[in-house]
Amino acid sequence: MTTTLKPATAARAAGHQPGPLALALRQGRLELTQFLRSRESVVFTMGFPVVMILIFAAVFDGEIAPGVSYPQYFITGMIATGLMTVSFQNLGIWIPIERDRGVLKRYRGTPMPKWVYFAGKVIMVVVISVVETALLLAVSVAVFDLQLPGTATKWLTFGWVSVLGITACTLCGIAVSSLARTSRSGSAVVTPIALVLQFTSGVFFVFTELPSWMQQVAALFPLKWMCQGLRSVFLPGAFAGQEPGGSYELGRVALVLAAWCVIGLLLCLGTFRWTTRRDG
Amino acid sequence: MDNELAIVARGLRKAYGKNVAVAGVDLEVRRGEVFALLGPNGAGKTTTVEILEGYRRRDAGEVSVLDSDPAAPAASWRNRIGIVLQGVGEFDELSVSELVHHFAGFYADADDPEKVIARVGLAGKARARTHTLSGGQKRRLDVALGIIGRPELLFLDEPTTGFDPEARREFWQLIRDLAAAGTTIVLTTHYLDEAEALADRVGVIAGGRLIEVAAPEHLGNRQQAQATVSWRTPEGLTESTESATPTELVTELATRFGGEVPGLTVTRPTLEDIYLKMIGHR
Repeated sequence: MTTTLKPATAARAAGHQPGPLALALRQGRLELTQFLRSRESVVFTMGFPVVMILIFAAVFDGEIAPGVSYPQYFITGMIATGLMTVSFQNLGIWIPIERDRGVLKRYRGTPMPKWVYFAGKVIMVVVISVVETALLLAVSVAVFDLQLPGTATKWLTFGWVSVLGITACTLCGIAVSSLARTSRSGSAVVTPIALVLQFTSGVFFVFTELPSWMQQVAALFPLKWMCQGLRSVFLPGAFAGQEPGGSYELGRVALVLAAWCVIGLLLCLGTFRWTTRRDG
Repeated sequence: MDNELAIVARGLRKAYGKNVAVAGVDLEVRRGEVFALLGPNGAGKTTTVEILEGYRRRDAGEVSVLDSDPAAPAASWRNRIGIVLQGVGEFDELSVSELVHHFAGFYADADDPEKVIARVGLAGKARARTHTLSGGQKRRLDVALGIIGRPELLFLDEPTTGFDPEARREFWQLIRDLAAAGTTIVLTTHYLDEAEALADRVGVIAGGRLIEVAAPEHLGNRQQAQATVSWRTPEGLTESTESATPTELVTELATRFGGEVPGLTVTRPTLEDIYLKMIGHR
């Protein structure tokens, strides 16, 4: 410091502002509090995958392959869908609402570093994802004897596929939030994208039974690879022969999801808007 | 550089497509003063203030706010600025206390949240969710969020819209207290009585230009304006005369009527009259 501090400035320097980690955690807590207090979003976000797997289990009775029941297959799609709902859909719908209401403008008027806003969202998404997936697995084990992964390697794969998938979907959700012009159009933008991906990525159908062109289109997007990575966790190794590539292709799963993380990040940095178009 | 001016703008311009919102505004706000910006809707008031707040970029001109260019706002600069937005229900699910505490965490030298909540008159509502607040209470919450960082410079955008008369008086007192403690205040308002009650100087903006800056009592040469003396003639008609020496005229009338003058009024133009005349001529 070469300049002399004015008394006011000196007093400010003495004040203690939370460090970056504390700021992020505070913001995450605020986001979670807001989420948990809006009962509809809790019920629908948490309940949707559970309801879906119960319906699937009731409709499809039997085995896809020896030792592989339908619920054992579809749980992978439901986990992936749940992760995408919490991250991609949740953010793609909520951020436009917050932008429209002026929440983002209000944050911009404070000394809060911009990244803290996103960190808060990420913390919220991760916490809800963990709770929601745990609930889905617990119900599935209780109702139709879902077999949980038996080895540490499989749990590890479960972990990294989920983390990469959530990261990619979170970043894409933030990026897509800038497409919505008003608070009402967020779900109109996000829902069709999510539905089309779910139908083409092997969430509602056995992936290999889809037309091959559809498989190829789906392979461009993250959801297909999240499902495939999760199949390697929940299905026997022998089932890998039925995958389009003849194996679970975990290397390619990692590569594509990581690529989507990069694409999502670039889109966020390039397109994110803190104000509505009306605000200029 | 230490400067006795909190805000300096020279040749400020901003257009949205072909629509020129701000067409060359020159403005100076001194440290410690309360400056009111008046103007009809669409005059460029909000655009001007939002450029000063660091929300919008200007097309041309030079701007310095607390010795920094607001187009590149640093966190250290934001620490010294308070902005009272016209917000409505952005954080429905949180309580007043939670929200003010949270925002206090963003500032290096934040005020005590409980003290600020009491100061804006929301102590009884501290635990209430924000969606249960009335319109006036929400505005007080906006004010609390604007002053929680103990700003040197506070921007208020139509702060008392939706207030009942009593709440407005209380709010004015709060602004006077902040000003007395040395806070520089820039407010936009539609209410001329508010500008007159609070502002040291008033700037009138119309058609994207600042057409006059003066103390409220001097705006539009108001102090030199002639008084209007009216009375009722014995025939029952109302007669009015503009006069620079109304006392003399009233004395003369009293003599003429031999005492009480029927229907006597002496008026001077209000700030509102002056203001309407100014913007009407644009």
